[in-house]
Amino acid sequence: MLMKRLAAAAAIAVLGVGVAACGGTDPATPGPSTASFKAGSTMEKLNKAQKITIGTKFDQPGFGLKGLDGKPAGFDVEIGKLIAKELGIPADKIEWVETKSAVREEVIEKGTVDLVVATYTINDARKQRIAFAGPYYVAGQHIMVRSDDSSITGPDSFKEGTKKVCSVQGSTPATNIKKYLKDEATQLVLFGGYAECVDALKNKTVDAVTTDNVILLGFVASSNGAYKLAGNKFTDEPYGIGVKKDDTDFRNFINDLLEKIAKDGSYAKAWNDTAGKFDKNTPTAPAVNRY
Amino acid sequence: MNVLWEQFPVFRDGFLLTFQLSFLSAIGALLVGTLVAVLRISPVPPLRWLGTSYVNLFRNIPLTAVFVFVVVGLPLLGSSADFLKIPGLDQIFTRLGIDLPYFRFSIIALSLYTAAFVCEALRSGINAVPSGQAEAARSIGLTFTQNLRFIVLPQAWRAAIVPLGSVIIAMIKNSAIAGFMGLYGDLSSRGQELVSAGVNGVTYPLIPVFIAISLGFLIMTVPLGLLLDRIEKNRMVKAR
Amino acid sequence: MSRETSVLYDAPGPRAKRRTIILSVVIGLAAVALLYQFVYKPLDAKGQFSMVKWGPLIDPDNEYFDGVWDRLWVGAKATMQAAALAIVFSALVGLVLGVIRILLRAVSTRRYATLPPAVAYGLRGLTWVLNALTRVCVEFFRGIPVVITIFFAWQLLGGTFLPVVVGLVIYNGIVIAEIVRSGMEGVAKGQREAAESLGLSSLQTTRLILLPQAIRTMLPALISQIVVVLKDTALGGIIVAGYEELIATSRQVSQLLPQLAFDQELYNPLQFFTIVCLMFLVVNYALSKLAQYLERRLSTKADAKPVKVTSAAGTGV
Repeated sequence: MLMKRLAAAAAIAVLGVGVAACGGTDPATPGPSTASFKAGSTMEKLNKAQKITIGTKFDQPGFGLKGLDGKPAGFDVEIGKLIAKELGIPADKIEWVETKSAVREEVIEKGTVDLVVATYTINDARKQRIAFAGPYYVAGQHIMVRSDDSSITGPDSFKEGTKKVCSVQGSTPATNIKKYLKDEATQLVLFGGYAECVDALKNKTVDAVTTDNVILLGFVASSNGAYKLAGNKFTDEPYGIGVKKDDTDFRNFINDLLEKIAKDGSYAKAWNDTAGKFDKNTPTAPAVNRY
Repeated sequence: MNVLWEQFPVFRDGFLLTFQLSFLSAIGALLVGTLVAVLRISPVPPLRWLGTSYVNLFRNIPLTAVFVFVVVGLPLLGSSADFLKIPGLDQIFTRLGIDLPYFRFSIIALSLYTAAFVCEALRSGINAVPSGQAEAARSIGLTFTQNLRFIVLPQAWRAAIVPLGSVIIAMIKNSAIAGFMGLYGDLSSRGQELVSAGVNGVTYPLIPVFIAISLGFLIMTVPLGLLLDRIEKNRMVKAR
Repeated sequence: MSRETSVLYDAPGPRAKRRTIILSVVIGLAAVALLYQFVYKPLDAKGQFSMVKWGPLIDPDNEYFDGVWDRLWVGAKATMQAAALAIVFSALVGLVLGVIRILLRAVSTRRYATLPPAVAYGLRGLTWVLNALTRVCVEFFRGIPVVITIFFAWQLLGGTFLPVVVGLVIYNGIVIAEIVRSGMEGVAKGQREAAESLGLSSLQTTRLILLPQAIRTMLPALISQIVVVLKDTALGGIIVAGYEELIATSRQVSQLLPQLAFDQELYNPLQFFTIVCLMFLVVNYALSKLAQYLERRLSTKADAKPVKVTSAAGTGV
């Protein structure tokens, strides 16, 4: 506590004497001053308030997982921090709000959060309600099974109607898998979190868990060989950053930033610190889509 | 309001599943509850303790926790509640026979939890039977079991109908939790799906869905409640 | 031991006593054996008693112990805060609603003979409409699950605490209103008549005569309602994202531990829920006992019959 206060006092003192050119890698360092933002824009508003509210997942290993200290950590969180930094807002001024899959559009529309970075797949239905910056990563839906099970080779294995699959309530993977099922009522289980699905897989209540590959890789890696991925990924899930539908300035601002961090290495660093623990192949940042 | 018509099959199926779940859980709760009530008033101390601890345990912990214990615990005990695949019954209630056990798990969780309250309702019914009845039965030489079976329980059941009905109404409402604990396709999970995740990418406005889901529950709870009011009033008139 | 059991069987004689003891021992041993065979053994085989799973909860030296209990403490506070707010506001709402319903009923028999017919009919119509409206609202929100009320309150209002408290208050306020109503109706009829003969208005009768007596007799039922509210905060936990009470915290942290340790063996929902249920059990059991104690004490006073907890129509379920 005392240390934190001293550090804060020191930071204020440093700022007070106007040492502006301190290290760019420190996320707590304020970025550009108010002057550089367009008058009346979201960026200016946020920068003036020196506060930003970001929605992310609290239960996605590698992307956004709330730790024992109550703060989320992961690739999405790092992207959020980079955006805040570009807005001149230090990392400790970010308020993190849990946005489960089912509520993401609503919290953006209502303005409960300023933006959402939450393994948020860009699609047309969602574009009707909100706007996406990005993509900043392309995930793909995959299927995880018990290692000794060779009967499931891909989503088509569910078409017979005997295999049971688990996913998370209100998520894109849950919606995607439905078209491969013969009967939703007898084949689909939806829980609040993936660990509950993995537990159901372990005790053979279900035969498979489906969601985006990185999350599954995390479970595979920490299971002592109990699980494996079946077949190939069968969708492309471009993750975007959700903002209000008409806020084109803010969207462009984030897109510019994404292009910048792809070049200056902070993208790769964010990956290696977080999701890189599950998936050692650092992805190349996809081209942003300025629709 | 047109979500009601557009998605009518969704609501209908949701309602049917919730109804099945409530119906079967009510039977389960009545069976287990009666057993616990008998245990609670048994002359053998360990049985009595068992009954009393059962009631105290389940009355004081949240139903969500009971659900977790059943959903996580039963598979650990090596069971997927296959004993509920009762031949014949699974023809009527098709979800019973299906391999996916969350319907059966939900029935078990709801029955176990509600049984504690059924037991208390029955006990209040037993309390309402004039003690002279039991004493008279004893004086003509009936044993404890005979006394219960022929004299006390039949009267107690009648006296307990109203409190029991209230317990069942509460249980119907509690069944909504199942939709958040792994059961797919009941009223509450359907409502949540329509409002937030959407069906085929289309989400529906809140208020109409809220009304439709509420109607699904009210269809079950309100007539039952009115019936109970009626019974209670009739009885009060008779008692006068 | 309560009255009803003793009338069911004779006081045991020496032989019956001996038989009971033998039977008790046999049943006790059988129960232990069954528990061992069908619960302990399979759970032990799945490693459910290992320190890997229990350590974070019960071993202070475990690296996750402090963090886990920090989170559980935050969760306990969230449970208690929402429950406290909900019970206070439910009591207020219940009091007002109960009094309104009693008054509406008293007023609805009035004919307003001294007023011009048009005004009299208008007033009678108004009380009828108000009566019907409160009745419909009460039946509606009493007939639907609290989970659904909380879910839609959350969708409409947003936030974390607010929808949980609002959802709980809507339901429990109505329940308490019924308790208030039956409490006031339980006050001896002569009291109301005496008050009216003194020339008190119906509002004055309610406020000065009925309510004070009713509140005293309602106390046990109100305390049992706290148990219900405490348990129902868990419904907020499974629905409202970001409202992390004890149950939601247990779910979340038990999912988190295997991620932090990078080992699925640490997934321990059963252990978390055992601990959290013990917490609920201790608090709620104490509250139930308190309610019973008050009920007994009040029922010894002949004139003030307490509202029976069970008569509040299965609200404890």
